[in-house]
This record gives sequence, C-alpha cells and structure tokens, in this order.
Amino acid sequence: MKFWRAPLDTEEIVVSKGVVYIIEDRCKGCGYCIEYCPRDVLEPSERFNAKGYHPPAVKQPDLCVNCHYCEAICPDFAIYSLEAPEQRSSELPSINF
Amino acid sequence: MKPAVLTGKHFLTGDEACAEGALAAGCRFFAGYPITPATEIAECMAKRLPEVGGLFIQMEDEIAAMAAVLGASCAGTKSMTATSGPGFSLMMENLGLGIVMETPCVVVNVQRAGPSTGLPTLGAQGDMMQARWGSHGHYEIIALSPASPQELFFQTIAAFNLSEVYRLPVLIMADEVVGHLSERVVIPDASKIKLQSRPRAKGRKDRFKPFHPGPNGVAPMAHAGEGYMVHFTGLTHDEKGYPVMTAQAHSEMVSRITGKIRGNLDRIIHVEEYRLEDADIALISYGVSSRSSFAAVDEAREQGIRAGLLRLVTVWPFPEEVIRELAKRVKCLITVELNLGQIHLEVQRCAGGMAPALLVGHAGGTVITPAEIVEKIAAACSQ
Amino acid sequence: MNRNSPTRHPLDSILRTDRIPHIWCPGCGIGTAFSSSLIAIQSTGTDLTKTAVVSGIGCSGRGAGYVKLDSYHTTHGRAIPFATGMKLANPELTVVVFSGDGDLFAIGGNHFIHAARRNMDLTVICVNNLNYGMTGGQAAATTPNLAKTTTTPLGNPEQPFNLPLLAYASGATYVARWTMLHTRDLTQSIQEALGRRGFSFIEVLAPCPTGYGRRNRQKPADSLKLYQEKAIVKNGANPAEVILDFKQGITLGKFVEYDRPTFLENYDRICRPGTP
Repeated sequence: MKFWRAPLDTEEIVVSKGVVYIIEDRCKGCGYCIEYCPRDVLEPSERFNAKGYHPPAVKQPDLCVNCHYCEAICPDFAIYSLEAPEQRSSELPSINF
Repeated sequence: MKPAVLTGKHFLTGDEACAEGALAAGCRFFAGYPITPATEIAECMAKRLPEVGGLFIQMEDEIAAMAAVLGASCAGTKSMTATSGPGFSLMMENLGLGIVMETPCVVVNVQRAGPSTGLPTLGAQGDMMQARWGSHGHYEIIALSPASPQELFFQTIAAFNLSEVYRLPVLIMADEVVGHLSERVVIPDASKIKLQSRPRAKGRKDRFKPFHPGPNGVAPMAHAGEGYMVHFTGLTHDEKGYPVMTAQAHSEMVSRITGKIRGNLDRIIHVEEYRLEDADIALISYGVSSRSSFAAVDEAREQGIRAGLLRLVTVWPFPEEVIRELAKRVKCLITVELNLGQIHLEVQRCAGGMAPALLVGHAGGTVITPAEIVEKIAAACSQ
Repeated sequence: MNRNSPTRHPLDSILRTDRIPHIWCPGCGIGTAFSSSLIAIQSTGTDLTKTAVVSGIGCSGRGAGYVKLDSYHTTHGRAIPFATGMKLANPELTVVVFSGDGDLFAIGGNHFIHAARRNMDLTVICVNNLNYGMTGGQAAATTPNLAKTTTTPLGNPEQPFNLPLLAYASGATYVARWTMLHTRDLTQSIQEALGRRGFSFIEVLAPCPTGYGRRNRQKPADSLKLYQEKAIVKNGANPAEVILDFKQGITLGKFVEYDRPTFLENYDRICRPGTP
C-alpha cells in the first residue's frame, strides 16, 4: 500500500497476527484456502496426507493476519488460525511509504 | 381445561371412542389429514386436544402427517395419526422410518374397500397384509383389530402402551363399520387406566448409546432437548445411531428390531376364544367380521354343529402357535374376513395341512352376514 | 505452522469428530455451508442441548450426521414436517433444517410451502448445488436451463425455480441467498435466522464438482470464481427480480425480513386460549 505520509497512528495500530494450523489428514486438497487467503500465506505442498491428497503448506507465516478466512472457507474442518502470541512493536512488518 | 378421561357412560361412534382412548392414553399430539371414514378422529382430536393442553395440526398430506407424528414423538410427546387405505399407503415410507428409529406412536387405519379410491364410505378389511408388509424391507409390526367402539377405546390405549414399551409404531386396523357405528362406550375412571411410557435414557450423557437394547430387547430412548446429543437416521445404524453401510451392521440392526417383537410374543399376542374348547369347526376372525362370527357360532351350535370362534385381537404378530394347536384338534378352520383371503393365507400356512383351511370372504362394501358363515360351516361339515 | 496441530479445530466441540473426515467430495461446497452454520449455531449463545438439526436425504442431508447435537436424518423430502412435529411438541427447541435443493424443493416442495405459509418457527438452510449430487448428478428443480446432468444429457429443457421468490410467495418471513464463498454474510444470516421467530429460509449456492461441475465445465475453483465475479449483493431486493445466471449475475443478499405471528402463536391465541 502507498501512503503520501506516515499515518498519525502508526505506532498505536497493531495489525493482528495469526498462526495457521493445518489438520493434514482431514484435508482433501481442494485448494480453496490457498486460492482465497487474502495475504497469500499458503501454497500447495508436495507432501501427501493419509488419503493421498496434497494438504496446504504455510509459505509466509509472518503475513497471516488471523482473518480466519481459510478456516471459514475450508469445507473439511482441516485448517484454522489462532491469534499469534504477543509481539513487540519493533517486530511488526514494515509498511512501505 | 377439560379432563382427558371422560369417565362415564357414553354413546359414541368408533372414531369418537378412538379419539377419547388416545386422550386417555396420554396422547397430546395429533397430526392428520381428512379421509373418509377416519376424518371424525381428526375432528374429535382437533376439538379435544386443546382442551387438555395438547396440539392438533392438519398437515398438507398423510406423508407429512406421519413425519410430524414421528418428530413429535422424538421430542417426547405421545402422538398419533389416523387414516384409511389411500393415506395408509402414503404413510408407508415414514412408517419404516418410525420402525428403524424405534419411535413410539399409533397409526389408526379405519379400513375402507380398496384398492385405490375404492368405496370411501364402505368398510372392508383389505389392508391386513399391507399392515404387515406395507413398508419396504423386513421388519416386525404390531397391529390390533377392534370389533366395537368400546373395544376401539381400550385398544387405542393398549396400542399406545405397546408402542411405548416396544418402541415402534403400532397399528390399529379398524374398519369403516366399527368406526362409524354408535354404541355404548363406558369410560372408566382415570385411576383404573394403566399407562406405560417408553424406557428413558439414563446415565452419562456422553456415553449413552441410543440403540443399545435393555433387558427386554428395547433400548432406552433419549428425546431431543435432553442433552444426550443423539443421532437418529433412517440409514442402517449401529448402537450409537451412526450409519454403518455393511451387511453385518444391517443384520444386527434388523435382528434387533425384529427380535424385540419376536422375543416378546407371549406378552404381545392377544386372542379371544369363544366356545372353542370342544369345537370341531373353528372360525377365525377379527374386527367387524368377528361380530357376525359370534352369531354364526351360536346359530351353528343350535343346529348341532360344534362351532367355535378364535377372535384375533392382535392380528400382527400372527398367533402362529395358537393356530397350529387349533389345527391339530379341529376338523376344519374357517377364516372370516372382508377380503379375498389375507389372514386366511396365514391360517393356511400355520395349519400346515393338519386341518383344511377355508375362507368366507368378499372384497368389501358390506358386512359378512352370520347366514353366509353358517352356510359355509354346514358345507364344511357335510364333507 | 504445525503439521500436526496441537490444538483442536474451533468447531471440534460441536462436531462428531469420530466421523470426520466426512464423505463430501474434495471441493464440495456443502462442507463450507455446514461450517458457516455451525459457527452461527455456536455463536448465538442458544442452549446447544436444546438445538436440534433435522435433514433429509442427499449429500446436504448427511450434515445432520456430523453435528454433535440432537440430529435427525429423516426420509427424502420430509425433514420439514418432521421438524414441524418436533418443534410443536417441544417449542423450547430451536429446530434447524439443513438439507439440499432436491430434497427440499422437489419431493419436499409441498412441505416447504406449507411450513412457510404457517410461518412455522424453523430455520431452513438449503444448500443449492443445482443437481442431485448423492445419486450421481441428476437434474433438479434448481438445475439451470440447458445444463447437462445425467438425466438431461443433451441439456436441461426445464426452467429452474426462483427459490427466494417461492419462499417469499409461500409466506416465509426471512429470505436470504448467499454462496458458500460469502461465509461471513452467510453466518450472519444464519445467526439472524436463529435469533428470530418464524420461518426463515436461507439459500446457499455451493459447487458440486463431481455431479454438476464436471458436466458443465465448472471446476470447483471456477465455480467459486463465478460466485465472486457474478455476485450482485442487493439486500432488500424484490425476490421476483433476483437472478441466478452464471453469465448475467447472481443476486445475493437478505431479501425479505418481516414479522408476523408464528403458527404456534396463532394456535395458542385462537385454539387454546386460557391454556398456560
């Protein structure tokens, strides 16, 4: 996102962060979570689960904002996100101006 | 609120007596559809159920009526529907659902002449085999047959009790004649009416198995809303209620639902014997035809023929042992029914050739007269 | 990210986890619609022990078998009258019907319109995958004109129902349509439906890759793309004007919401006044 100046509340706003959990043996490889993650956190993995499907893998864990959309769109109850543990502000991802 | 049990002497039609019997039995939900000659049961229930805190609903068809009856029973209320031949045919699929979900309820068929639309206002007894095998698949059913409004009152209570104890839909196979004739009906005091209720689920809710049989072969029932989180399905299921698609599971389930009836025949089957102790000719009849049969027995006796009557109160399960024993000691069995031979086939089967099995019957539309029966008795004697 | 997650899926407490993974195909939209429904049920705060789910026959009907609530998997088309009996016998229950388009609108059509007419206090969630999926992909009352199914191999000669219009015309007092892609809107609609009295109907469009999609050039990802691109959200739209056309547009939204007495309220008032 491009800003012409730094937003006045940059220091106060905390972007939510999440951790994605995948229950691999429930996954049927439909790919919806990968396709519709708004932060492009997931990708298909090379692995096979017990039924022979390729479950997703997290390729960019830091970008997860805990929106729960993968959890909501998954038809198989195979993926969900939880709020990431507390982080210090210096570790927040930088925004380009 | 008015009393559910109208203790006292009444002059009622069979249909009205049936409705009063249901109320006395604790029925508080009726879902039905108008059909001659059972409509009066629905009309009575529509008027009386709200008076006792119950609920009546006229559904859009008989299929919905049967479904609603099952739903209400699964929620814990004693429920009933009433119909005739065409509606009975429609209810068959959901009857099967009630059988595998082991849902207590009562279905009354006030039989009229069929097949199809037939003679809507005239009685017959042509649905007896349908009562046994009308739904698809293999199962056991309990069907009662009343011969008078008074008996319809008591049999409705008995039907509810049987359905509750054995957890299945119980049928009352009445007929238009008994349904529409008015006779004296004495309703006893409520304290004299013994009611049974379904065995209830107990114990840890997370460990409860909805189809694990109790000592008499019947599983305790958990209702919706009690916290047992049960699953009921029409698919073949295991004791947890979960669908299992194997021949093994199917055999177990069907054995369980048939076994609980076949294992309790002596407690379920009820017959009435009239002048049968020394009989040479045994009449076998039920419902309206048994009324003529009583008279025929007396008339035959006056002519010197030792006739007797076995009146089936429970038609299904069929009293096989009773017929077998009878066939051993009488010269002839004559089934009297308003069809062209349905219970007759069972009598023939059980007689096993030990005694000839004859039939007095016609397709329906009017009653069988005692004279017709006596004629057959006389003819059987002369052979 | 953990490969073998140490915690449970948030819906595990309301699922019969001993029966998961479920039977629905990869890419099937029923799972998502079901998931949104469970999230809604869990979030409304209603007593779960007094919530019952009733379904009919079909892929959507299998949903009742996966939810850890009192659930009833009944005969084809008859979920609604069964649910009616259940609700009337115990009005304290929250009764949800979760079933498919074939089950609810073909064989079950008559029961649907009467329950809507009576304003039975039920929440009916219809997963519309445009065909009969469980039996292999036959045409349904909702199959689009010209679509290929196993019983319309040369193209469907019939026109489909407009379900929101049918529901509204029959007397439903809450009518909404979403797709399984619109999970939050769907969950919100179900929450609203659960929280209100009366007959609430929610249609959820879902892909059936094995039955419908395969024969109509719609891979599961294509169906979702169509839902995304063609969706026109019009809350309050006139049900007679909502469209469902993969070329022209799919009208989504909460179309109808109004109050009128339920069957039980009327029955109590008219047929058994004075009864507590």
